[in-house]
Amino acid sequence: MLLVNLIWFLLLSLGIITAAINGNIEIITAAAFDSAKMAVSIAFDLIGIMALWLGLLKIAEDSGLVKAIANLFKPLTVFLFPSIPKDHPAMGAIIMNLSANILGLGNAATPLGLKAMQEMQELNNSDEASEAMCTFLALNTSCITLIPATIIGVRASAGSSEPTAIVGTTIFTTGVGMMVAIIVDKILRKTYRKKKR
Amino acid sequence: MKTLDLISRWAIPMVLLIIPLIGLMRGVKLYESFVTGAEQGFITAIKIIPFMVSMLVAIGVFRASGAMELLIKAISPIFDMVKIPPEILPLAIMRPLSGGGALGIATELIHSYGPDSFIGRLASTMQGSTDTTFYVLTVYFGSVGVKKYRYALSLGLIADITTLITAVFITNLMFGS
Repeated sequence: MLLVNLIWFLLLSLGIITAAINGNIEIITAAAFDSAKMAVSIAFDLIGIMALWLGLLKIAEDSGLVKAIANLFKPLTVFLFPSIPKDHPAMGAIIMNLSANILGLGNAATPLGLKAMQEMQELNNSDEASEAMCTFLALNTSCITLIPATIIGVRASAGSSEPTAIVGTTIFTTGVGMMVAIIVDKILRKTYRKKKR
Repeated sequence: MKTLDLISRWAIPMVLLIIPLIGLMRGVKLYESFVTGAEQGFITAIKIIPFMVSMLVAIGVFRASGAMELLIKAISPIFDMVKIPPEILPLAIMRPLSGGGALGIATELIHSYGPDSFIGRLASTMQGSTDTTFYVLTVYFGSVGVKKYRYALSLGLIADITTLITAVFITNLMFGS
């Protein structure tokens, strides 16, 4: 991730240069130390909320809630992945991965996603991504989110009077994002096919 | 808008009731499952500390020095035209690149401007709404040896931009003055 390195360096160096030009270089030391301390105290505030949330989600996972949501979305995934046979193992892995994403189960979603990629690669057998893979990754990065737990925790620890005020806006935003991803995927798929011909 | 507000209010209490209820009906050992999951939560919170420290220090230095103010002043004419607050530019850039980094920036914005401020709410919505496109593409394609991404990257970035615009739109509508 070259770009992250560059941005990180730019933030630091431009900050230090600006402070030097303004003649208050001493502010840098205080800002750096205070921020480092604040980072740890925020993470500590988050422990309780993250533990509560992931504890609940583990109950959900063990009760088969991921599977239940998966069944609900089966018709949609069959429509979205026309190139994958209905009862191919790739389909099962895709549905499970997306269901875990919807519930905010990031830890459970990643292994399922990697499994889905492996199964799709068996159908693809090339070093170029298949259409199904592109669709899958687009859905993965813009998946509808029901409860953004981490950011609710950050808001609560910052003393918000309504930490969950942003749940509604998040569901709306991710819903629109997912719909656009599905539509743009169909368009790009067609243009790419034409270009190849 | 009433509906979104209602959802925001009821989401957590309902989840706290419904998940254990379903678990009980399905014969899950509630307490044991909860504790196993909670341990993961503990580990997750500790694991983000290095990301938070690195990003909060960088952005803290950038803000305290006055460089952030200069940047905001420089870009605000363009951002004002499209009604996006310039303060969120660093978050918008970091979001597709690094999940931990973006969380650090969003946290700094929430603390600097207040969680219930417009910028605090916008940053929260943005952070909760997209995933780290570059990271997901690298890990998922890398794991199966796919080197040509086809249109996956442009597709992911189009989705990210859509999400950004939607977040600004809906936050304005719900919480704008």
